[in-house]
Amino acid sequence: MSLLELDKVSFAYPGHAPVLNEASLSLAPGERISITGPNGVGKSTLLRIIVGLLFPDRGQVKLDGKVCTSERDFTEMRRRVGMVFQDADDQLFCPTVAEDIAFGPLNLGKSRDEVLDIVNDVLTRLKLMHLRDRVTHKLSGGEKRLVTLATVLAMDPDVLLLDEPTNALDVENEARLVEILNGLPQAIILVTHNPQFRDKVAPKGYGLVAGQLQPV
Amino acid sequence: MGHVLSSGEKTLSETGASLGGGRIGMLDARIRIVVTMAFAITVVGLSQIPVLILALCVSLFLLTQSNLPARRTLKRMAMMDGFIFFMLGLMPFTTPGEAMFTVFGFPATWEGLFLAIEIGLTANAVVLAVLTLLGTLEPVALGHALYALKCPERLVHLLMFTIRYIEVLREEYLRLRTSMKMRCFQPRTNWHTYRSYGYLVGMMLVRAVERSERILGAMKCRGFTGRIILLEQFRLSRYDHIFATCAALVMLLLIGLELSHVFA
Repeated sequence: MSLLELDKVSFAYPGHAPVLNEASLSLAPGERISITGPNGVGKSTLLRIIVGLLFPDRGQVKLDGKVCTSERDFTEMRRRVGMVFQDADDQLFCPTVAEDIAFGPLNLGKSRDEVLDIVNDVLTRLKLMHLRDRVTHKLSGGEKRLVTLATVLAMDPDVLLLDEPTNALDVENEARLVEILNGLPQAIILVTHNPQFRDKVAPKGYGLVAGQLQPV
Repeated sequence: MGHVLSSGEKTLSETGASLGGGRIGMLDARIRIVVTMAFAITVVGLSQIPVLILALCVSLFLLTQSNLPARRTLKRMAMMDGFIFFMLGLMPFTTPGEAMFTVFGFPATWEGLFLAIEIGLTANAVVLAVLTLLGTLEPVALGHALYALKCPERLVHLLMFTIRYIEVLREEYLRLRTSMKMRCFQPRTNWHTYRSYGYLVGMMLVRAVERSERILGAMKCRGFTGRIILLEQFRLSRYDHIFATCAALVMLLLIGLELSHVFA
């Protein structure tokens, strides 16, 4: 059974032409797919619809076969589906790295001690322990990217949504990101313009054409 | 207040650990806030000039106990004096009493002079205490301590977001400024300059609003439901108790001296 499913989802921003037109997508546990398409075609919109930051005009978003409609459904969705945003500065809003990673688990109602364990565990796994008490806005672009991934992994999601994760990454950090992602068990939906990165992380690709997803 | 900071300095420093703060730096942030407030209230209540001089000496002593560079800190304090200078200068002329001398027929009074000295001493003692006790605190620690002291959650979060994003906004401003400069923009007294600055500020506002929406989205994605739970917990050490006791004794001494003058 598919873990995550979009069923004929349509969406238009008010006063604009439709971005998505009956787009459908299905993701099995552990499956990795990438979505490509020119700028402004609606790739980020699609991701935002999956996590319920935008609501489709028509069509359904399903998690484990269950249709998500209310904010409460999407709270569960957001626990299971971790989204890494395009701009790391949008995502890292706490003053220090440790606090930022703790934010998600604390929201899930975990105790302080549990959360501290999670923070240390995630940072150790990603070999980022040296950044633990650094101030988030002083991190380099590469460090910010890896920390945003850590903040999402701290919530132990089943799916990762990655929106242009290689933006502003140098070759070395990109290789590091590939290595980390390929070591993870999570299913991944990757939005990227970077063909090499796509081939290494999620070769199975869909193109977003005329508001629909088509296998490439 | 950008000019208060020397040009090389960023708006907020790295985690305050680097600020040190000497012996003051070892104190619990909550104790420092409470003592600062109590001290400020006490000093504002004092009116005898010798007692106020003593209070200023207490602040100076605190300065020596923090690792703050004395000259720069005193310079910052003097900047505050700049704000109240005119008020103090006019005080002798606006307070009724016995005349010292007259300027253009306006008498300057002794009472007014003493009042001006009193206000000047009070302001400097309080500001210096704030600079040494709170100024050495890391901004993040200040936020957490305020939260621990039951300050309204919203205000604390406002402070924390400011700490996090002030640098992002400043960088955005500098980027826009550079791009203006790259196209040979030179500020002059004309409409083109005003309009360009208007665009600059407007663009920063638009970007800030959009960014705030993206941040909210990112926060929701990590389970945000309207409450931010803070991670830090504070513990008082023996050192904090000693400091609090000493501070209380000093304040009682100041109040005692004040009262003995009043009733003498």
